[in-house]
Amino acid sequence: MSVIDLVPYEEALASYDPVMGLEVHVELGTKTKMFCGCSTALGAEPNTQVCPTCLGLPGSLPVVNATGVESAIRIGLALNCEIAEWCRFARKNYFYPDMPKNFQTSQYDEPIAFNGYLDVELEDGEVFRVEIERAHMEEDTGKSTHVGGATGRIHGAEYSLLDYNRAGIPLIEIVTKPIVGAGDRAPEVARAYVAELRELIRALGVSEARMEMGQMRCDVNLSLMPKGAEKFGTRSETKNVNSLRSVERAARFEIQRHAAVLNEGGTIVQETRHFHEDNGSTTSGRIKEEAEDYRYFPEPDLVPVAPSREWVEQLRGELPELPRVRRQRLQSEWGISATEMQSALNAGAIDLILATIDAGAPADQARKWWLGELARRSNEDGVELASLPITPAQVAKVSALVAEGKLNDKLARQVIEGVLAGEGEPDEVVAKRGLAVVSDDSALGDAIDAALAAQPDVADKIRSGKFAAAGALVGAVMKATRGQADAARVKELIFEKLGVQPE
Amino acid sequence: MADLTRYTAAETASAIATGEVSAVEVAQAHLDRINAVDEKVHAFLHVDTDGALEAARAVDAKRAAGEELGPLAGVPLALKDVFTTKGIPTTAGSKMLEGWRPPYDATVTRRLKEAGVVILGKTNMDEFAMGSSTENSAYGPTGNPWDLSRIPGGSGGGSAAALAAFEAPLAIGTDTGGSIRQPGAVTGTVGVKPTYGSVSRYGLIAFSSSLDQGGPCARTVLDTALLHEAIAGWDPMDSTSINAPVPAVVAAARHADVKGMRVGVVKEFGGEGYQAGVMQRFNESVELLRSLGAEIVEISCPSFTYALPAYYLIAPSECSSNLARFDAMRYGLRVGDNGERSAEEVTALTREAGFGPEVKRRIMLGTYALSSGYYDAYYGSAQKVRTLISRDFDRAFGDVDVLISPTTPTTAFPIGERADDPMAMYLADLCTIPSNLAGNAAMSVPCGLAPEDNLPVGLQIIAPALADDRLYRVGAAVEAALNDKWGHPLLEEAPAL
Amino acid sequence: MPGITREEVAHLARLSRLELKSEELDHFAEQLNDIVDAVARVSEIAAEDVPPTSHPLPLTNVMRADEVRPSLRPDEVLAAAPAAEEQRFRVPQILGED
Repeated sequence: MSVIDLVPYEEALASYDPVMGLEVHVELGTKTKMFCGCSTALGAEPNTQVCPTCLGLPGSLPVVNATGVESAIRIGLALNCEIAEWCRFARKNYFYPDMPKNFQTSQYDEPIAFNGYLDVELEDGEVFRVEIERAHMEEDTGKSTHVGGATGRIHGAEYSLLDYNRAGIPLIEIVTKPIVGAGDRAPEVARAYVAELRELIRALGVSEARMEMGQMRCDVNLSLMPKGAEKFGTRSETKNVNSLRSVERAARFEIQRHAAVLNEGGTIVQETRHFHEDNGSTTSGRIKEEAEDYRYFPEPDLVPVAPSREWVEQLRGELPELPRVRRQRLQSEWGISATEMQSALNAGAIDLILATIDAGAPADQARKWWLGELARRSNEDGVELASLPITPAQVAKVSALVAEGKLNDKLARQVIEGVLAGEGEPDEVVAKRGLAVVSDDSALGDAIDAALAAQPDVADKIRSGKFAAAGALVGAVMKATRGQADAARVKELIFEKLGVQPE
Repeated sequence: MADLTRYTAAETASAIATGEVSAVEVAQAHLDRINAVDEKVHAFLHVDTDGALEAARAVDAKRAAGEELGPLAGVPLALKDVFTTKGIPTTAGSKMLEGWRPPYDATVTRRLKEAGVVILGKTNMDEFAMGSSTENSAYGPTGNPWDLSRIPGGSGGGSAAALAAFEAPLAIGTDTGGSIRQPGAVTGTVGVKPTYGSVSRYGLIAFSSSLDQGGPCARTVLDTALLHEAIAGWDPMDSTSINAPVPAVVAAARHADVKGMRVGVVKEFGGEGYQAGVMQRFNESVELLRSLGAEIVEISCPSFTYALPAYYLIAPSECSSNLARFDAMRYGLRVGDNGERSAEEVTALTREAGFGPEVKRRIMLGTYALSSGYYDAYYGSAQKVRTLISRDFDRAFGDVDVLISPTTPTTAFPIGERADDPMAMYLADLCTIPSNLAGNAAMSVPCGLAPEDNLPVGLQIIAPALADDRLYRVGAAVEAALNDKWGHPLLEEAPAL
Repeated sequence: MPGITREEVAHLARLSRLELKSEELDHFAEQLNDIVDAVARVSEIAAEDVPPTSHPLPLTNVMRADEVRPSLRPDEVLAAAPAAEEQRFRVPQILGED
């Protein structure tokens, strides 16, 4: 494949307006699959959560999961959508070995929810409204593992192995209307939209929406039109962009790539593209010999879904406080800036902070740990904050130990490290690593005496009123006690021994 | 001892219940009969000797233990090979599923087992139930016991032939466009397509989901009703199943009285293309019903003439999707996997090798009808015709209790005659298709032999959805009157095998 | 209605994953033409104002509770597999997207 020279981002935006469409698939957290009673629990042995229906055996039939429908309606309501009074499932026909029936049971021209919007907030507090075209119900496919190829990818593989545990897990596909007018902020809008959607899904409790686990997956459709034009350009469809950062990068890359092609007088091919995490680029997928023809038709094995207005209104009344409203409330409760709130959101830390507060920690401490030490760790390890092996209760416990004076900051970090390393509860880590603060005056006395004897000149300076010089002695004592002393107490004892009284 | 294979199901059940015979004796008599004649008839694709005897022994043990037996306990049955049977080969008449032993029972299979019915084996059929002659079976045709060189109808030719050959007193069929009624008509047996949604489709290998309906087949109207009650009823595994009580069909079959009933004769079914002897027997049936006290009314259902084209768009469309799962990946045939070819190629080679010409034809026709650009003209229009046909039925049933017509335009035709002429073959279902499109209930009951060829003619009775009991009332009346007239059931005139 | 050409049959066969032989293409083209000619009649009475019926029953909202039911055992799942490995279905190399 030829390598194209990308157009610098600013240059691309000077000549073109980007138009985006985002398609997000969310795997629902129902107990069972969309059309059968097989469990959706993660981590099961291959092909242990399949039955005649999700295996597509001859004669099997689907039956709709009521909770799946309810979740779809709740998502639709939270996205300010209209809820269909009557809608149907449709079959989307195409052959693929990970799809047992060789059609996907989905919805076509009659989605359960349509015509909504989601307001998303950018870093600087600007609010951008993303219009929602539709949210519809469908089912996931099985999982293939490619064997024999060098990279485990399809190309070059000798054969594939199929596990259908995932086949039939409920999916809600949420499709935006074309996002226009975002200009150079389009990639940022894309990221903020997916982040906001993720928060919303979690707030509704319908899915954990963990992108790294594939519970939420995003396709980024992008086209450019020359500034001032009204007709959309040809779009590319970048599939399976599976982190917030990648969403932003993929949009950015495609803007630069499209601009390069268009500047050279080329035409954009409507095609599927793959995103590469390693370098942030996209490459062309298989060029399709002929246009897809999914031959949609109403699923004859299922009857229409006609949610009563009473049910819809009841679900509307039961919606939880939505994330953006909640963030505004918390921001004022916590007394922090919009930017600070935004970074808490981006880090996926809000619920963790709240849970830590619920477990007894002061708000500022909870924020400090999750947005400081733990955020750093999650970045380093490349996992989401929530996936770190530490619980809000454990963070609250560490915070309590600090408040009680049993740990200082430095020790507290070591305790957190120990918890992350799987060494047990904070108390156990303290005990095992011997991390308790030494505040026993007699134990400190020897170390202080030694420090005074070693640095008589410093002692003299202090006696003569230069209290700041005490720092050197405190440092020596901390070193001698391997950091386990309470620094404030050490300072007090030094002044006591030297018979001075600062302030 | 009397020939147990000549008993009706009702007589058999009663003889077992009173201890006159054992269920094992009954099962063995039928297994022996199958051994003796099925080489010629080829009604069965698989005979489950061990399973049948075991089921019979269980019935005998229950009786010995003093437990109450159901109305069909111990009665042998031939099951169309389109219903899954756990651990027992299920092929749907296709090479694609040769050797497949399903890991689960269809709901119909399960209900039969729970009723103590003894399943003798699986019967031959047109591949995936597509056909009207059973010639499309990948395992060779079935002969019509009246004349082995003729077709037994289809797609359920095996089930109908098993009844007519006295290999089983009961059989199960499925009716998508006439596959129970047309074989019933041409073999001189009774077959009912119940109201759509009243017999679970769970475990019925789908041909056309919105049309397929399992149903009972037997040699008498009462036996058919007994079987109907055993298999019908709501099933949570089938979303299209009706959650309502099953009409009292057995009571209706015992109440053979049409006095005061309004019977509509469908004007559109008759005339050109209909065999003279078929029309003669049909017209006699009309007169018979009149003489029994029914009021005869001529009814016009103008959109019925569009039923056949609508059917040949809807059924292939649904089948093109339903049969996509046969891709050589998870079960069934796999052809051409040489380690080099892709999954895509292996799927295409397997489907080429595993499907017969009629199945391929319908898959492609359906693929065409659903294609973007053609959908509205074909599939979309066909769905509208469906609405119009339902309206014709609604109008008719506003005036009459049941409608009647010949079941098929002709008697059984010779094997091979229409094999490569799909359009001619499709005409066999001309009169039966409207009921599938509308989802109502219909029966074929024998009404005599066509004078020109001495082959059975069927009378079709159609009732509104959920009024299946009316079929049995009228069917039983016709059956009783004709048996009286002939002095014996029609099948006694069938030649010995 | 335009007739169905050999090329169109080839296209339908590809969509339907049927590796038709050359002689089948001709034969099916002829037969499908006849059938399509005959069935195209449906549009004669399918007026604008007639609603389509996709289903013979007027049922709606048939749903089940979100309760786990037993799955098949892996040996039952894989019993009919043309090939299996590591408790998975083994299939030829899959072309297309990854």
